[in-house]
Amino acid sequence: MLWRIFASVTFGKLLFIPSYRSTDFEVHRNWLAITHSLPLNKWYIDDTSQWTLDYPPLFAWFEYILSWGALLFDPEMLKVNNLNYASQNTILFQRISVILTDIVYALGVQKCLYSFGNNQGGKVQKDAEKWFSSSTILAFLLLCNVGLFMVDHIHFQYNGFLTGILLLSVGSILQKENLKAAFWFSILLNLKHIYLYIAPVYAVYLLRSYCFDIQKSKMTFHFKRLIKLGVIVVTTFGFTYGPFVSQLQQVLSRLFPFENRGLCHAYWAPNFWALYNIVDKILAFLGHKLGWIDPLSKVTASMTGGLVQEFEHAILPSIGPKTTLVFTILAILPAVVILLKQPNQPRVFIRAIVLCAFASFLFGWHVHEKAILIVITPLTLLAVSSQEDCRLFMLLSITGHVSLFPLLFTPFENVLKIVVVLTYSLASYSFLSALHYDPKSKGTLLKFRSWERFFLYGLGFVALFESCIHSMVDPSGRLPFLPLMIMSVYCAVGIIYVWFSFVIGSLKTEKKISKQK
Amino acid sequence: MEVPYKLEVIALTTIIIKLGASVFPYSGKNQPPKFGDYEAQRHWMEITVNLPIQDWYRNTTDNDLLYWGLDYPPLTAYQSYLTGSVAKKINQDYVKLHVSQGFENFDHQYFMRMSVLVSDCIFFVSALYFYIRSLKMSNKYKWVFFALSSHSGLTLIDYGHFQYNCVSLGLTLWAIIFVSQGKNVLAAIAFSAALNFKQMELYHAILLFAGFYLLASCQPKGSSLPSQLKNLVQIGAATVVTFAIIWYPFLQIHDWLLQQVIVRLFIPFQRGIFEDYVANFWCTLNVVIKIKRLLNPTSIASGTIT
Repeated sequence: MLWRIFASVTFGKLLFIPSYRSTDFEVHRNWLAITHSLPLNKWYIDDTSQWTLDYPPLFAWFEYILSWGALLFDPEMLKVNNLNYASQNTILFQRISVILTDIVYALGVQKCLYSFGNNQGGKVQKDAEKWFSSSTILAFLLLCNVGLFMVDHIHFQYNGFLTGILLLSVGSILQKENLKAAFWFSILLNLKHIYLYIAPVYAVYLLRSYCFDIQKSKMTFHFKRLIKLGVIVVTTFGFTYGPFVSQLQQVLSRLFPFENRGLCHAYWAPNFWALYNIVDKILAFLGHKLGWIDPLSKVTASMTGGLVQEFEHAILPSIGPKTTLVFTILAILPAVVILLKQPNQPRVFIRAIVLCAFASFLFGWHVHEKAILIVITPLTLLAVSSQEDCRLFMLLSITGHVSLFPLLFTPFENVLKIVVVLTYSLASYSFLSALHYDPKSKGTLLKFRSWERFFLYGLGFVALFESCIHSMVDPSGRLPFLPLMIMSVYCAVGIIYVWFSFVIGSLKTEKKISKQK
Repeated sequence: MEVPYKLEVIALTTIIIKLGASVFPYSGKNQPPKFGDYEAQRHWMEITVNLPIQDWYRNTTDNDLLYWGLDYPPLTAYQSYLTGSVAKKINQDYVKLHVSQGFENFDHQYFMRMSVLVSDCIFFVSALYFYIRSLKMSNKYKWVFFALSSHSGLTLIDYGHFQYNCVSLGLTLWAIIFVSQGKNVLAAIAFSAALNFKQMELYHAILLFAGFYLLASCQPKGSSLPSQLKNLVQIGAATVVTFAIIWYPFLQIHDWLLQQVIVRLFIPFQRGIFEDYVANFWCTLNVVIKIKRLLNPTSIASGTIT
């Protein structure tokens, strides 16, 4: 069933090959060119194009392997000087590379499906063949995830491939293959360092559940296991960074460009800092209007500012990277708590990943809105097994996917994004309702709380405002960042609400279990 | 496990696939001087918006019938007029007389594709949705039926090649829905409209008119002759009135106008027994017996009708 769904979705993806591509397309073409045409020691130094290599070396190797395929399609794309080169064959090659690497995603889903679909091992295979079993619904929710579709196959990135490796790692944990999990996660970290967001979870879990062992109420520390983990991590990092040991500082400065990036991206990710920014703007605006602030002072409240990378707050204290780190660490604590108190339970591990990804998304420095996908994916795994998590998943996926709307702004994609998000949300709602709430016998569908329903109605309006209404009401574009700001702030409210509910839910179950003990 | 909203999800999925087809090129893209069906539809918008109604089907200095002359019945012309008026409001260049010939532009492609999508949703998708919902079959497989009926052939022709078959097919489907609900007058109106949108619906006409008229006039079962006659008269009247309303502008202006329109509609008879690569009997026979060379067009036409 999984592969049938995958095949269908793949055909669908092929249809969108000619659609809009963002600058990320040129970014990856440039990386194909650099890795193919330049020697190793120039990869992290070359800056012919403004889109310099800023992913870890293993991804650079990945692009290098791809570049040999590129030769068959159009060798011209591999010339470093061919900036913005986009022939038909280039587009075809790059799009197909994303579509094909999604096979890794399917393999990751398969690994997770094995443990999540059904707890009775033998029944899994049979169940997976049925049309509407929990494993096929999980397969559908993951493989057809509309956020991945919009970001990978239209905007252009390789998140499907990366999420696949994440799922291989998570799936290994689910099957208690801890060493494999560590291996896959190290690979993942060496492909895209954004996954540092959830590294603490791995560290705590593997130390607590794998290295420490509780048998007959005696805790033993397995030093050997720690060594094994260490070897895996060190070897992977060694192979990846080894060839670049002489330029390590240059590589790291490319990976972590703190000097050039501000608190928020040009489009504020819908996180805590977006709310912080808007409160700051409102206070400054009120301050000027009500005369609290001396008009001659340097305090400004530009309501149209959206391109500013460096952020100096007007009234509230300015936030630096260290502050965000402190907030993030505080927010990660619930994850650490549940991991320490309930060791060796894969489902708790997944909860911890969600909590940790949430924390990094909400309080991190210069977060991209695409990072919401790192929260949504593990939450999908929980959605098929728990009614409470299912409701939170629906809220988060709808809000998160709508928050990605500003990425696709061209005419066709404007219509497309509404239709695909609507379809995916309705389909998820349908399938999850059928799974958890038997419509026939109990006559109920998945129900949202009344304030949640109002939030969703409002979200619909915000989505329409961003895609069509704003351009009709303000054709001259006097306030170009208004819809983005509204979108960002509104979605931030929803996402923080889901996070809060999820934290409380996680700590409650933890309390329940510890009470039972 | 009973899954709610199956039909709605499938309907939305077919729309996604149609949007997917929309991003690809259309027939005749970047191929001057004649381009393709896309240019034909755009040209009809240009003609209907800019010229008076009596010139729509006539060969004049402003309307060169050899360059994609109108050869569909008046309802298509009215639809082109409506769409063309919207086009004019968005961007005059889309339909400027003469100047806009061969106009190709990304925004224009977006506009044209959306016009197909809107027409499709109003006429075809709605008809299919209501039809399947009304079927007395197990809910389990209705969505399969829906998916199959939104078939790729229609998507390719309407959203790819570029045409508006969804309107005439949708209207025919509505006629069938009305027949199944016993609303004969509405059915007659719907099918007459379909026929007046595209004369290709004549393929369905024989069955619908002959079978429908005869059967409908016998409904309800066991009713007396006067009420059966009343039924038949109602259906006939509905059909005639629909035709009259649609053809009204062409009936009154000049005597030759009606004849001219009919000649344009049945111009295929001048083109020959088959065209290009149609997968039918005559084309296949032509491989062995060169029919096209043996007989002249008009005698073939009378031969095929008999």
